[in-house]
Amino acid sequence: MISTELVDISRLQFAMVALFHFLFVPLTLGMTFLLVIMESTYVVTGKQVYKDMTQFWGKLFGINFALGVTTGITMEFQFGTNWAYYSHYVGDIFGAPLAIEGLMAFFLESTFIGLFFFGWEKLSKVKHLMVTMLVALGSNLSALWILVANGWMNNPVGSDFSYVTMRMEMTGFWDVIFNPQAQAKFVHTVSAGYVTASVFVLGISSWYLLKGRDIEFAKRSFRIAAAFGFASALSVIVLGDESGYTVGANQETKMAAIEAMWHTEPAPASFNLIAGVDEAHQKNDWAIEIPYVMGLIGTRSTTKTIPGIAEIKARNLVRIQNGIHAVTALAALRANPADAVARAEFDRYKADLGFGLLLKKYTSDVSKATPDMIRMADDDTIPRVLPLFWTFRFMVAIGFGLLLLFVLALYASVKNDFVQKRWLLRWAVWFIPVPWMAAEMGWFVAEYGRQPWTIYGVLPTWLSTSTLTSASVYASLTGFLLLYAGLFVVEMYLMVKFARQGPSSLYTGRYAGETAQGAVA
Amino acid sequence: MLDYEVLKLIWWLFVGVLLLGFAIMDGHDMGVGTLLPFVGKNDNERRVVINTVGPHWDGNQVWFITGGGAIFAAWPLVYATAFSGFYWAMLAVLWSLFFRPVGFDYRSKIASPLWRSTWDWGLFIGGAVPPLIFGVAFGNLLQGVPFHFDNDLRSYYTGSFWALLNPFALLAGLVSTTMITAHGANFLLIRTEGDVYRRARTASLLFGALSLLTFAAAGVWVMHGINGFVLTGGDLPGGLPNPMDKTVVTAPGAWLHNYSAYPLTLLVPAAAFAGGLVSVVAALANRPLTAFIGSSVNMLGIIGTAGVSMFPFIMPSSTDPRSSLTVWDSVSSQTTLGLMFWATLIFLPLVIFYTSWAYKVMSGKVTLDYVKGHDHSAY
Repeated sequence: MISTELVDISRLQFAMVALFHFLFVPLTLGMTFLLVIMESTYVVTGKQVYKDMTQFWGKLFGINFALGVTTGITMEFQFGTNWAYYSHYVGDIFGAPLAIEGLMAFFLESTFIGLFFFGWEKLSKVKHLMVTMLVALGSNLSALWILVANGWMNNPVGSDFSYVTMRMEMTGFWDVIFNPQAQAKFVHTVSAGYVTASVFVLGISSWYLLKGRDIEFAKRSFRIAAAFGFASALSVIVLGDESGYTVGANQETKMAAIEAMWHTEPAPASFNLIAGVDEAHQKNDWAIEIPYVMGLIGTRSTTKTIPGIAEIKARNLVRIQNGIHAVTALAALRANPADAVARAEFDRYKADLGFGLLLKKYTSDVSKATPDMIRMADDDTIPRVLPLFWTFRFMVAIGFGLLLLFVLALYASVKNDFVQKRWLLRWAVWFIPVPWMAAEMGWFVAEYGRQPWTIYGVLPTWLSTSTLTSASVYASLTGFLLLYAGLFVVEMYLMVKFARQGPSSLYTGRYAGETAQGAVA
Repeated sequence: MLDYEVLKLIWWLFVGVLLLGFAIMDGHDMGVGTLLPFVGKNDNERRVVINTVGPHWDGNQVWFITGGGAIFAAWPLVYATAFSGFYWAMLAVLWSLFFRPVGFDYRSKIASPLWRSTWDWGLFIGGAVPPLIFGVAFGNLLQGVPFHFDNDLRSYYTGSFWALLNPFALLAGLVSTTMITAHGANFLLIRTEGDVYRRARTASLLFGALSLLTFAAAGVWVMHGINGFVLTGGDLPGGLPNPMDKTVVTAPGAWLHNYSAYPLTLLVPAAAFAGGLVSVVAALANRPLTAFIGSSVNMLGIIGTAGVSMFPFIMPSSTDPRSSLTVWDSVSSQTTLGLMFWATLIFLPLVIFYTSWAYKVMSGKVTLDYVKGHDHSAY
């Protein structure tokens, strides 16, 4: 049977494998575009150094890509192995973007990546560039489809519950695709990937410059990364703000929690820059506020209010009480589909079915839920505020830090004095891991902030798991930890080894540390 | 919009096509991985073997990913029930697949013999384990799987991992392993020469013959040794899918009913034998491409035989036959099936087109000279 332990350990496993997978995704998303830029420059100018850049950065990209593929297969298994009821309950909608992702994006990316690595001698310059572009297109399309799926989890549009099949069914595919949440998430996420790859290239190039080796190669790489990174960092912030706005419309809960806004404030609400969050007493001991900003982000107006946590809970309490009717009527309908009274009752309260299901955590017979159970279920509708509040702020701070780095790097590369600015180069090197931290935090805010739901307002996380024993899930989690730890060590070892070796790993004879003839390892 | 019953049938065929695509494309990579330590006796020979699939394994693996995604989208109850029920078997497949991307990509990055032979065995595991387990899974599907649903359609698997490894299922595992390995050997015939070619030819003959024998043995076992399932009521082909709304009985030899009702379907197992024979004869006659086509037809026949024998069942339940999953009641809504039908119709031909182009670009034998001359750019 489902136990809190099973649900928690299953969540931990999903979080672990998803966060680990997402260590490799952003770099893939961004590197493919940087490779397109480098190779296009090669095709246009005919300068060998740009081909070398494409091949060398492509090598590092490949080391990362292998683990992206490996850990990506896990994600497809996770839903079926560990979240079977979820897969049944929403597969009708959630499965489609995943299957289309395979058909439209993975095939494209994976078929052409082989030609990217092995087709240099078999393809003309222009054809090879086309191949590289298709890899970039494929990897970014895959991000689109997975975020369409994820956007639907946060804002389940275009679907309806069927009591015959006991699941959610698709009613409007275009609504699912053009879900504003999905669109905002997509652009925010791919831009974050572009920033990650830009910092990666900028940082490693800076390290070569600090060491005084492969100067021309590193300078050119630095410039491309600085320009691409500046544009991307700007777009992450602008589009992150856009996802703030759509969260405001669809998922006020997440926003109220991120903001630690315990009560509705008069419009336009101020933004808590930082605050002393007291979760136990549902208040902030102190806060440094920026007037108006929250209202502007959340509503794009100065007159609309944003509901606070207390008001959201009051609303949810009513929905849970309505939901009890829906769950009870559904049980009657399942027993006797011809029951017209139950049918009418169900249709009346169906919109709140998910809220009624929240009570399943406390009782198997929802119709007999006590006021205490209802109060606990209502408390559950708000995710924990403290981790969301701070994770979000660290993520945003990193975003602005990265923007500043790229402003300075771009300015220096226009003035062409970055080789002398050793402090800037050192900053770029130290910042290599930083975009990953922001990306992981972003995932955390998005997914943890959706709790207690897997599908917001529709399916509680608590009901979504497979009927496994906790022991099985502990055991598989241990297996994942061991395998992933081993793979991570190997990947980092190779990445550092080849980054240190630099373009001489191409054995062309043109780079630092090689003999004039370009000889052996 | 297409009729619901027609869409359900189409999706049974499409899942079959995706499985076959997986067997032909990812299957030859896996066969090559299985044979790697045996047909390549030194590092350069092994690099030849790996580079025959080097540019394509990643694209081919997407047949597997897309097959999984399509089952999720078209048969969500099958995806949910099979993946969670066969929990440890699925994890064994997944974990063995881990060794492929890193094995292919990382092996060549360091010259140490220990490093390289470690990844060779990794590629062996990634090539040999998944087909074996898929075969074992099919062997269990044919016997029925111990699971049932509660009233909320939550599935409960009541068997153990070890119970999956019963004699008939292990035989089915051998069918699958031998057919995939023979197919991989045939691919090596196309892309290699010299010693590697000779060893691959031996492997093709051996595994091709074994595939025929094990398939025949499994056929006899199905006829006389295990009960099939029969749908006796409810479960309307055009109706809303509800697995609890039917009656099912088990009967000896019931898996042969479709062949007597529709004798044309006998062509499917016949194709398995014919393809297998062509593969063996062509390998003997040194006709690699014909052998490869033969083993492809062989797999079409074998996978098709499993599908036709069980139709309309996909995943019968041994403990609660009523909970069995069929083509009619484990599917998505008409809207989703219709949508996915069009998506497949548009994108799958496109995939086949550019995959063919990729193979054409990289065609030709992979030679010892090639791998020696590409120490730092090939695998």
